[in-house]
Amino acid sequence: MNPKVRSVRATPLGWVIWGAVVFFFVNLAGVVFSVLVSSFGTKWFDTWLPSGFTTHWYGDAWREFTLFHVIVVTLLVSGLVVVLSVLVGAPAAYVLARKNFPGKRLVYLTFLLPILMPPITYGIPLATVLYKFGFAGHLSGVVLANLVPSVPFVILTMTPFIEQVDPRIEDAARMLGAGTRSVFLKILAPLLVPGLLASGILVLVRTVGMFELTFLTAGPDSQTLVVALYYSMSAAGIRAQQSVDAMAVMYTAMMLVLLVVALRFVNPTQLVARVKEEPSE
Amino acid sequence: MSATWQHRLAERGVDRRLWLLLPATIFVLLLFVYPFLYGLSLSFQPMDGGGVLANYDKFFSDAYQRDTIATTLKIALPAALLNVLAAVPIAFRLRGRFRGKRLLTTILVVPITLGTVLTAQGLLNYLGPTGWFNRVLLSLQIVDDPIRLTNNYWGVFFSLVITGFPFAFLLVLSYLSGIDPTLQRAAATLGASRAQRFRRITLPLLAPGLATTFLLTFVLAFSVFPSAVLVGNPAGSTRVISLAAYQAAYEQYDYAYASAIAMVMGAVELVVVAIVLVWRSRLYTGSTGGKG
Repeated sequence: MNPKVRSVRATPLGWVIWGAVVFFFVNLAGVVFSVLVSSFGTKWFDTWLPSGFTTHWYGDAWREFTLFHVIVVTLLVSGLVVVLSVLVGAPAAYVLARKNFPGKRLVYLTFLLPILMPPITYGIPLATVLYKFGFAGHLSGVVLANLVPSVPFVILTMTPFIEQVDPRIEDAARMLGAGTRSVFLKILAPLLVPGLLASGILVLVRTVGMFELTFLTAGPDSQTLVVALYYSMSAAGIRAQQSVDAMAVMYTAMMLVLLVVALRFVNPTQLVARVKEEPSE
Repeated sequence: MSATWQHRLAERGVDRRLWLLLPATIFVLLLFVYPFLYGLSLSFQPMDGGGVLANYDKFFSDAYQRDTIATTLKIALPAALLNVLAAVPIAFRLRGRFRGKRLLTTILVVPITLGTVLTAQGLLNYLGPTGWFNRVLLSLQIVDDPIRLTNNYWGVFFSLVITGFPFAFLLVLSYLSGIDPTLQRAAATLGASRAQRFRRITLPLLAPGLATTFLLTFVLAFSVFPSAVLVGNPAGSTRVISLAAYQAAYEQYDYAYASAIAMVMGAVELVVVAIVLVWRSRLYTGSTGGKG
């Protein structure tokens, strides 16, 4: 082994911890594989494995649940939420990172609350208001509801990225005659691309997985994949369990792709703190 | 006159750049503050008449409804605590650089992608009476009859651990990586053992981050709703408060009562948040005081 790279140490406590981790993951693998096997299985009752294998549940799920439409809705909702929350959140993050002003703490707390409250608590009054104004039941209502935790999330994740940009760069540009608009477009935007990507992708992952808010505001035509999945599973007995399994596998595959993309752009250990990596010796 | 007025405001940080805050502020006021206040006022206008507090009275005088608070806390607090406590030693071993770190981190984070339904289906399949878990236990003759782990408290608990742990782990790892490793080495030079270094340096610096992580995982666990229905026992041992709120709104169409339950839910959650925050602020001053 490369002597410069620290290996995972094996103290007695270490063995216990790794043992627990392995135990957890063996069981987790059991959970995941049981769904995977079931989604390819024909009949599976009181045996170790199903009596035969087939792929037709995937086709069934695709047709029965009109998955094409559901996936289009999911991508549309998530895309709109990402674009809108970045457009609204990033300028606010800029002000909060750069300036002190009276009432800043209050503003900050107001942005923090939607993240600290369970979605159901504000989701039910929000859905009632959205129904009152005719947004709920449509795509617009779902997008509006999902923006509530997303905008604050963009603000929180963007702020540290903005704090890292030296304000003297902006001052220099201004001295050279750049207006606010060109400072933003030519100086800040390129420097903030990593931050924009990080918060955008995290909002995307969160929105695809957000159940409560979409559940409370979606109509039959505006369900995202999580909500459609929930309905198909809670209506157990009507659908074949295997086709729900197949649909769940498809959902997870989609999330997995998103997560892998996200991990390419976002170092997960740098979400809340700037990392000073341990020197490798 | 107006020039000096503007000047004075600018000194306090009020200038034209504050306009950038406007869209987000309007947005939060319209879509969060207003609906919240609307819900609050709605909760004081009971559908069946009665006094201003009739909805709250109805909730607290009905044991079936009132107990949802205890049920929710009984699921959410242990799950959040376990997730944070389990994340610390694992993150501690994964901090710094070593071969395969990226792979290990990715594996630990992957459960985030599973989603409630796959987790629920999986738990039902795997831990169910004829599932692989019970099969292994039976064939190893550890138990005589399958143990019941789904459609009850444990099903929901496991589902919260599976979805909450990766999240807690990521946050703890992130906080842990933010602690300057030179502090550790300085302590080591001064002769501190590994245990001492962890207890006197890492832990105090990590504690505020742990409090935040606990809060965020608690918020996730507290609003548990889909898994309480799918792998729990939604009429009994896992009838959580969000389920009560949902039923009031979408099964009885009593939005005033549903709003009242949502307000109770928010209040209970904020009490826990406040307790943790107070504890956290104590921790923080404690650790800076001890450092000098």
